[in-house]
Amino acid sequence: MTAREEILSRIRGALGDTPSRPDVPRTHRQQGVHRPGTPELVRQLIDRLEDYRATVVRVAAEDDDAIGQAIADALTVRGIGQVVAPPGVPRAWTGRLADVVVDEASIDARTLDRIPAVVTGSVVAIAETGTIVLDGATVCGRRAITLVPDTHVCVVRAMHVVQTVPEGLQRVDPRRALTFVSGPSATSDIELDRVEGVHGPRTLIVVVAG
Amino acid sequence: MKVALFITCLGDVLFPEVGKATVAVLERLGHEVVFPRDQTCCGQMHTNTGYQHDAAGLVRHHVEVFERVLADGCEAVVAPSGSCVGSVRHQHAALARREGDEALAVRAEAVAARTFELSELLVDVLGVTDVGAAYPHRVTYHPTCHSLRLLGVGDRPLRLLRAVRGIDLVELPAADSCCGFGGTFSIKNADTSTAMLADKMSSVLATRAEVVTAGDASCLMHIGGGLSRLRTGVRPVHLAEILASTT
Amino acid sequence: MSTFLGMPGVPVRGPAADTAVGHLTGDRPFPAAARDSLADTQLRRNLAHATSTIRAKRAAVVTEVPDWEALRDAGSAIKADTMARLPELLEQLEANVVARGGTVHWARDAAEANRIVTDLVRATGADEVVKVKSMATQEIGLNEALEAVGVTAHETDLAELIVQLGHDRPSHILVPAIHRGRAEIREIFALEMPGVDPSLTDEPAVLAAAARTHLRQVFLRARVAVSGANFGVAETGTLTVVESEGNGRMCLTLPETLITVMGIEKVVPSWRDLEVFLQLLPRSSTGERMNPYTSTWTGVTPGDGPQEFHLVLLDNGRTRALADDLGRTALHCIRCSACLNVCPVYERTGGHAYGSTYPGPIGAILTPLLTGLTGGDDPNDSLPYASTLCGACYDVCPVKINIPEILVQLRAEHTEAHADRHRLPTAEAAAMKAVAWSMADPARFARAGRAAALARHGIRRGKPLLPLPPPLNGWTASRDAPRPSAESFRDWWARTRGPSS
Ligand code: SF4
Repeated sequence: MTAREEILSRIRGALGDTPSRPDVPRTHRQQGVHRPGTPELVRQLIDRLEDYRATVVRVAAEDDDAIGQAIADALTVRGIGQVVAPPGVPRAWTGRLADVVVDEASIDARTLDRIPAVVTGSVVAIAETGTIVLDGATVCGRRAITLVPDTHVCVVRAMHVVQTVPEGLQRVDPRRALTFVSGPSATSDIELDRVEGVHGPRTLIVVVAG
Repeated sequence: MKVALFITCLGDVLFPEVGKATVAVLERLGHEVVFPRDQTCCGQMHTNTGYQHDAAGLVRHHVEVFERVLADGCEAVVAPSGSCVGSVRHQHAALARREGDEALAVRAEAVAARTFELSELLVDVLGVTDVGAAYPHRVTYHPTCHSLRLLGVGDRPLRLLRAVRGIDLVELPAADSCCGFGGTFSIKNADTSTAMLADKMSSVLATRAEVVTAGDASCLMHIGGGLSRLRTGVRPVHLAEILASTT
Repeated sequence: MSTFLGMPGVPVRGPAADTAVGHLTGDRPFPAAARDSLADTQLRRNLAHATSTIRAKRAAVVTEVPDWEALRDAGSAIKADTMARLPELLEQLEANVVARGGTVHWARDAAEANRIVTDLVRATGADEVVKVKSMATQEIGLNEALEAVGVTAHETDLAELIVQLGHDRPSHILVPAIHRGRAEIREIFALEMPGVDPSLTDEPAVLAAAARTHLRQVFLRARVAVSGANFGVAETGTLTVVESEGNGRMCLTLPETLITVMGIEKVVPSWRDLEVFLQLLPRSSTGERMNPYTSTWTGVTPGDGPQEFHLVLLDNGRTRALADDLGRTALHCIRCSACLNVCPVYERTGGHAYGSTYPGPIGAILTPLLTGLTGGDDPNDSLPYASTLCGACYDVCPVKINIPEILVQLRAEHTEAHADRHRLPTAEAAAMKAVAWSMADPARFARAGRAAALARHGIRRGKPLLPLPPPLNGWTASRDAPRPSAESFRDWWARTRGPSS
């Protein structure tokens, strides 16, 4: 018997002939009280992100030029001149930056390690948990670029902000490689005290637009 | 109301004053207490130590004794022990089922539905919080694990204590952490049990209370045994005894 | 599907599984191991500080969720449903992973899983792997197996790194180095971390930065990664790793080959089910609204991340646990560690006393369910007794595993396993039988009570005049013994009220 057959057979033996299936109650909230993109949700998202020690920049309108200005300002004060960006990022977002590397598959991790920052968009954000979802689409880029550089500038459009986790999961395609980001990388491994900044980007700058 | 007293084996042999106090409180409130002489033990120690077959006979006996008095005009069974009521309510039927006796399980559930820990009976069934007691001492209350989590008695004992005249009730730090008794745990894992007891005693001593009270004689025996060994001068007194006191 | 005529379930009671492979059995029973931990003052302080910190954080973020109890109910039922149709879900998961370019392997036990992984690593020609913290690979002792074939395993989670550099063992599910304080961690780094600045301080931020620098080069060059998985979604073939530091993302993203070892109980039916677990897990474990990073991947994603993916589905005793109707629910565990953090026993003894990869309340049930209760002198036979049954674990468990009830059940399995194996009962069993015999009859019980009353003369100032034999001396070592009353309650009642009922 192969291991596969044997394990499946052990399971069936353990369960007996007619294992009873419980009804799964799903009385938990499937959606929040606020519609996506409302000011309450944007405020909550910002509050959560700041609680995680992310830097939040607010841009009033979903205007690519204004977003580009905010990104340039945030990076300039940190003395960062070079960024990598996935090909789907609007050119206006990076137009004010001195050195923009447009990502392509041939750029390896060691090269990324020498680039100080990355600029991407996002597909959905969850206000209650302060979570931003990247799905590998052209505005988010492949996973390595949002991981290796030490600063991640991520644009969240207000209309993409939902209240609850279920709403967030409904809006993404599980067949893509997804990354749920809630603040900069952190650890609680030393005395269960939270410290921000380990292997992932130590600085997360979120530009909330609209 | 006519109430049957389930004294518990420990209460019968080691702490009869707790039983007498329970009777005194209920009679003072105008209720009739009967004591079914045939009762012995709920079987919790056997169950929790891994001797379910041996416990099964005790469960059967307990169910027979108390279903008889319930059929005989008693409206409720009361025990001055959260732990033993917890066993009646959460273990008896399950144990009968494990032994393959569905009929006994159903009877056990019927008895369990009318069995109450003292503070539950007073507050929920009889609707009183002021039982007319007076107790001019500094007291701290330890909410034992089975009262707190298995039964969910919540703040009922505290509501009863707050109504006692003259009492100086002080909050116990880290009140909801276990005292380390755990029945035979205190013997099988004596070192760990002692470590837990040490912390519980520090909390009790930090309150500067002269009396530590609880709804379980077993946990009080444990905490009191430690306090006495160290000659701390803090006394364990069961909740029922405080509620029975009028001086 | 044809009618199943397979093997009967393997009972929990019976001979132990092969204890030579993996980390499920310690070398001493719990009480003996606990005695050492209790005497370690630094450990006691570290644990008390860490567990009280995390308890407060968890409580705060759980209270703010209005539908927490509904989420627990859903989580518990989803897991029960999963167990009831585990074969079909595993087959579905396998089919979806394969359809997306992954390879699925099945491992009956630790030895087989280790063989599969080491063969896969060797086939790549790599002599090192990076690892994401994983309970399953810790359980099977994968690092030792890799080392035996000349492959270095780099633990990349900060706490696992502390444990690995300190030549130590993990003591907690979530924070394996919880038994270490910052000063000790600084010492370990200063002594053991290659290229570290020896003047580093014990600031957690400084220590985390040192780990970043040390591991960055390893991440950049590693060609193979090994991970566990928090959830595997049958419906889509999606695997999930929930983490904080980004070391998980590094391992799941940068290498060419990814090997994931997942216990068969980690499958969930649908993508939608994650909406429940991704809310329950972070709040219960680190006390955060959401952990910094959750990665999900389905097979191979062209142009993004590892282009070779292997999933190893591990049994290693899980089917034994599954055969126990009540014990089965221990497989619902999502490894949040909330039960450890609230456990008054764990808080004082720490994780090493349990001897297993799985310590604390969940370990006290899961470990013997996986390895079996022998009724002999296997150290794991002591685990179901390592609890006061205080119930704190059940209160916090996000999937509502009734740990105290399972502990009681396993104690019965244990005494019965002992009776199966031995002709003579233990002294304890004989005493229990005698007590039950006298309690089964009111007249006998009354006589026994009067006999006990005589024993009061043997106790002075809380101490017995004659030393009590073991194990009863465990009580009097630290507590005064109560004196039985001269008159029992029933005798008082009969004397003052006459016969009643
Ligand atoms: S048993 Fe429950 S509380 Fe304990 S680790 Fe597992 S899921 Fe968490």
